[in-house]
Amino acid sequence: MARVVILGAGISGHTAASFLRKWLGKNDDVVVVSPLPYYNWIPSNIWVGVGLLKSEQVVFPLAPVYRSHGIEFKQARALALYPEGTDADASPAVEIEWTQEGKVGQRERVAYDFLINATGPRLNFGATEGLGPGKHSLSVCTPDHAQETARVFLEQIERMKHGERKRFVVGTGHGTCTCEGAAFEYAVNLEFELRAHGVRDKAEVVYLSNEYELGDFGMDGVRIKRSGYVTPSNILTESLFAERGIDWITRAHVKKVEDGRAYYETLEAEDREISFDMAMLLPPFSGVGLKAFDRKGEDITPRVFAPSGFMKVDADYQQKPYEDWRARDWPRYYQSPTLNNLFAAGIAFAPPHAVSRPHVNSRGTPIFAAPPRTGMPSATIGKVVARSIVDMIRGGDKPTHGASMAEMGAACVASAGSNPFSGTAASMIVFPIVPDFEKYPEYGRDLDYTMGEIGLAGHWIKILLHHMFLYKARLRPGWSLIPE
Amino acid sequence: MSEPVTEYAQQKAQMKPAFYATKPTGITLFMRTFLPWQIWRFVWINFKMLVIIRKSHRSN
Repeated sequence: MARVVILGAGISGHTAASFLRKWLGKNDDVVVVSPLPYYNWIPSNIWVGVGLLKSEQVVFPLAPVYRSHGIEFKQARALALYPEGTDADASPAVEIEWTQEGKVGQRERVAYDFLINATGPRLNFGATEGLGPGKHSLSVCTPDHAQETARVFLEQIERMKHGERKRFVVGTGHGTCTCEGAAFEYAVNLEFELRAHGVRDKAEVVYLSNEYELGDFGMDGVRIKRSGYVTPSNILTESLFAERGIDWITRAHVKKVEDGRAYYETLEAEDREISFDMAMLLPPFSGVGLKAFDRKGEDITPRVFAPSGFMKVDADYQQKPYEDWRARDWPRYYQSPTLNNLFAAGIAFAPPHAVSRPHVNSRGTPIFAAPPRTGMPSATIGKVVARSIVDMIRGGDKPTHGASMAEMGAACVASAGSNPFSGTAASMIVFPIVPDFEKYPEYGRDLDYTMGEIGLAGHWIKILLHHMFLYKARLRPGWSLIPE
Repeated sequence: MSEPVTEYAQQKAQMKPAFYATKPTGITLFMRTFLPWQIWRFVWINFKMLVIIRKSHRSN
């Protein structure tokens, strides 16, 4: 009998828990620890943020789903790992603090045989003064954030209907942000909705990003075969913005946000500012701040976690220049190099380095996109980690299944306007996610499997994915047949 | 917005002019929402995605 504890119930953690329950025997325990009571299909938060969906339509409560499938659920946040146990109890354990109503603040130690850290990111709004909900900018990172953003957006539309002009700034709130795809998606959806409400002529939309070029998306951009040319993704992205009348500012590190004004620094080390009536600026990510202690109670956090707070796994973390980055630097099994029964899945693992070429201005400020880890790789990683753990419980001494992001493809569909007949979306497929210049010397990717296009078909796919993945996450009949 | 025109002009100058970007022609825009073509693209993109998923899982 074994007990597997999963920290986090996002795309990666929930996938891992679901497959563990499916593959493990009834005598084995699967325990999920998550501070939130619901599952959120994050890609659809964009539509909540422009008022097309209610937050309830992108979430569902986890407890009933887990109860009916034999998964134990603890609504709590993880505080610290005790991978060697303590002098009093040698079992590896994680200390948690309950967030469930009636138990708030209560602490408990949960013993485990295997632990998957799928805690995702901490939304590090604090990295930029004045950034984030409750301060001077908005976000679509959580359903609540997106709902509040929609409220402000619809309020601005009402004012524009009365003749006022407004400026919307959408983008990244720090020089080291990731998730530019989400910011891009929000910008074009917002613009589409302004047209749908008949107020486009009253609005100015500005995309403000840390990307070196538009369409970088933290992947160093992609190249696609198009009309007889190999075309970089910035052409496609600039084209869409130009067509929609969206202005853009790239290579920007937002360092301060005030009421109606953002201050940013450029790669040329110039200080600039932009005023706005509404700003949706994404935060940079960090690890959630888990600590780790040995049996004696000594802090071993630096042994288990990188300085960013993300967990170290089987990657090559040696610092080296961009030219020496290799596809094989990226992890395959997501196992801690020092603790065999500890894994990290999804955003919680520490990437060995960025994917985009790093840029630092003369003041030493880094301004480039951090590596993306979207839904598809997060779910795939959750599944292979679950498979490896099942095999190790059955006697294996090491992980059996791997999924390197340098050997894995990803499909990303970014909505560019939601309407079943006039809406569009940018569909992008890349293979592999992390470029492998040894295998594909010219561009790092296989151009036969890398594509991007804008059209109504992409919007239909986005709707299909919304319903299909929520169905899958609810563990409805046949859920495991739906690919990650 | 109540801000001086000079600042607005300054900020416009900070932005890359869309003038230099590639823009879609009328036929490209038409094809983006032309139903028969988009139904075909729906099938093709889904097929491509399935190929990628299969290729990714093969490396596991």
